Amino acid sequence: MYRYDEFDHDFVRQRVAQYSDQVERRLSGEIDETAFKPLRLMNGVYLQLHAYMLRVAIPYGTLNSRQMRRLARIARDYDKGYGHFTTRQNIQYNWPKLSDTPAILEELAEVEMHAIQTSGNCIRNVSADHFAGAAADEVADPRPYAEILRQWSSNHPEYSFLPRKFKIAVTGAERDRAAIQVHDIGLHLKRNEAGALGFAVYVGGGQGRTPVIAKKIRDFLPEADLLSYTTAIMRVYNLNGRRDNKYKARIKILVNETGEEEFTRQVEAEWQKLKETELKLPQDDLQAIADYFAPPSLQDRPEGWGLLAAAKKADAGFAAWVHQNVTPHRHPDYGVVTISLKPIGGIPGDANDTQMEVVADLAEKFGHDEIRVSHEQNLVLPHVAFADLEHVYKALLEVELATANAGLVTDIIACPGLDYCALANARSIPVAQEISERFASLERQQEIGELKIKISGCINACGHHHVGHIGILGVEKKGAELYQITLGGSGDENTSIGQIIGRGFEPEKITDAVETIVETYLGLRENADETFLEAYRRVGPAPFKEALYGETSKAA
Amino acid sequence: MNKVLTANRLTDGIAVWLGANGQWLESIDNALIGRHQEAVDALEEAGKSAFNDNLVVDVDLIDVEEIDGDIFPIRLRERIRAAGPTIRTDLGKQSEFKPATAA
Ligand code: HEM
Ligand code: SF4
Repeated sequence: MYRYDEFDHDFVRQRVAQYSDQVERRLSGEIDETAFKPLRLMNGVYLQLHAYMLRVAIPYGTLNSRQMRRLARIARDYDKGYGHFTTRQNIQYNWPKLSDTPAILEELAEVEMHAIQTSGNCIRNVSADHFAGAAADEVADPRPYAEILRQWSSNHPEYSFLPRKFKIAVTGAERDRAAIQVHDIGLHLKRNEAGALGFAVYVGGGQGRTPVIAKKIRDFLPEADLLSYTTAIMRVYNLNGRRDNKYKARIKILVNETGEEEFTRQVEAEWQKLKETELKLPQDDLQAIADYFAPPSLQDRPEGWGLLAAAKKADAGFAAWVHQNVTPHRHPDYGVVTISLKPIGGIPGDANDTQMEVVADLAEKFGHDEIRVSHEQNLVLPHVAFADLEHVYKALLEVELATANAGLVTDIIACPGLDYCALANARSIPVAQEISERFASLERQQEIGELKIKISGCINACGHHHVGHIGILGVEKKGAELYQITLGGSGDENTSIGQIIGRGFEPEKITDAVETIVETYLGLRENADETFLEAYRRVGPAPFKEALYGETSKAA
Repeated sequence: MNKVLTANRLTDGIAVWLGANGQWLESIDNALIGRHQEAVDALEEAGKSAFNDNLVVDVDLIDVEEIDGDIFPIRLRERIRAAGPTIRTDLGKQSEFKPATAA
């Protein structure tokens, strides 16, 4: 895992000192809110409905047990005993006092964490495949490149006042678990025929009020050119991106207005000027960063196969959990464990301090001290031997973290919505809870198979509803909550934006509507292997419209 | 429509309402209700000066109704601010002052 060097430590410490001074001056009335607000936002402090909110960066979603324990302690000492893991692989605290935030940031700095660039028009926390460095289908670990991008973009003067926020995601496998095609820049790490590493480069994806799938502007960029090429993209954006209208300021709009071909030409032209400059990454530097992410040395543990088989036979609950939440590791005696933060009827992404401590203990004891946060609001132990799975499961079970629903209909993404968020139009969490209760039966969930429901409380789309197989968007109509459904979205290597299916549903009707959609799918799928998404792509919206709104909707 | 003045306290961000005694209160129950334009104007002025005095931020006048002597904001957003998260009734005002009033 990456360790701060002296430069990183100094940088973060200086920032904490500056911020502490700014808070002190704010509290004494020396500076007013207009001056202070951008300063607190630069340090991840927002104001929500009930209190301030602090967003802490978890770079590329990777952390160790010491850091997780610190997150637990902050939840306990400065907040109300819990935190919320987000779709951007960050954690948010919902109740910190402004006057405590300098102390919290100091506590974070001690474990090499911070809240820098979690807000504002800069390059945000770079996200990555949460199975990075572990998944069996991976070409190479994407995190060294995410770390290089983090170092390069942190406090970069050229990127402190971009037209709008900027999000980069990196994946190292064909199967895209990082939703790279709905990011401002998406990088797909791969090998060319000669075996050299490089990236397919996607630009101009995004969600929010104008969902757009990114365009692939280069099929293979050699790894050494990562920074020169990214700089070229940033320069074209910084120069030409619109600053006159907040809603047209993202790079996706620029790419659309300029046209893919012309935009690519501009980037390539800019790149020619930068290609052979100091931005070219020397092999030594690449290797030095990659070394930080060297995989843990995993001993062969072949006894796990027999143990696992016996334990599965003895305990159906354990068997179901292994089947659903453990995925193949590149080492055949190990698995990648998804810890669901979606208990039936629970709040998606929330974890309390005890749960965080248990996950930290398990990572230390059985997981080579590594924990990941996934953009699907779950936690991951990337390297667990089959032989240890039963211990892990039992410990998770005790703190309600062993729900066997990864990728199933109750593994719902939901933004905070109107229960917390000052920008919300409607609540998201209660909708997720009710759907989760409705589909509580594991048998039924397994019969339905892979189905991703994603819910946002306003058009900003923090809950990724545009790429939900079933997406739900909360709107306000005549002062009441109303939920609009989209179908057929997907945030993987075959990204698609969901289509609005028809008029919205009242809070008391939305769960029925979802159930109707699910039942319709079960009735029309060709066989049990045809997933909801595949079936939808085959038949289109018509049967679902008809089931939801009746025959008359055919004409509409 | 009757109005009350709300804001978030600078130091800890907690939602507050302006009371009849000129204090910012943590519960909406004893908020001062502006029942006519002059009172509403006075509330607005009080809000401006509290903001300028760095006591509160995000100052807002909100519509309310009274039911059996209790004050209820009209908008769901404000009802949730006054009560706390609807999905965690153990947190927020509802856990400190009175049973849940939101939604
Ligand atoms: C204080 C709470 C929050 C505020 C004020 C906020 C604000 C916003 C805004 C304004 C946008 C639209 C940006 C644009 O299109 O230019 C956005 C998008 C987004 N936010 Fe949030 N958000 C909040 C919480 C969250 C949480 C909790 C998550 C994760 C669960 C999250 C993840 C995202 C994602 C993934 C997007 C879409 C990315 C894109 O625009 O392409 N946000 N947010
Ligand atoms: S989608 Fe809207 S309601 Fe949900 S967290 Fe983002 S800004 Fe808030």
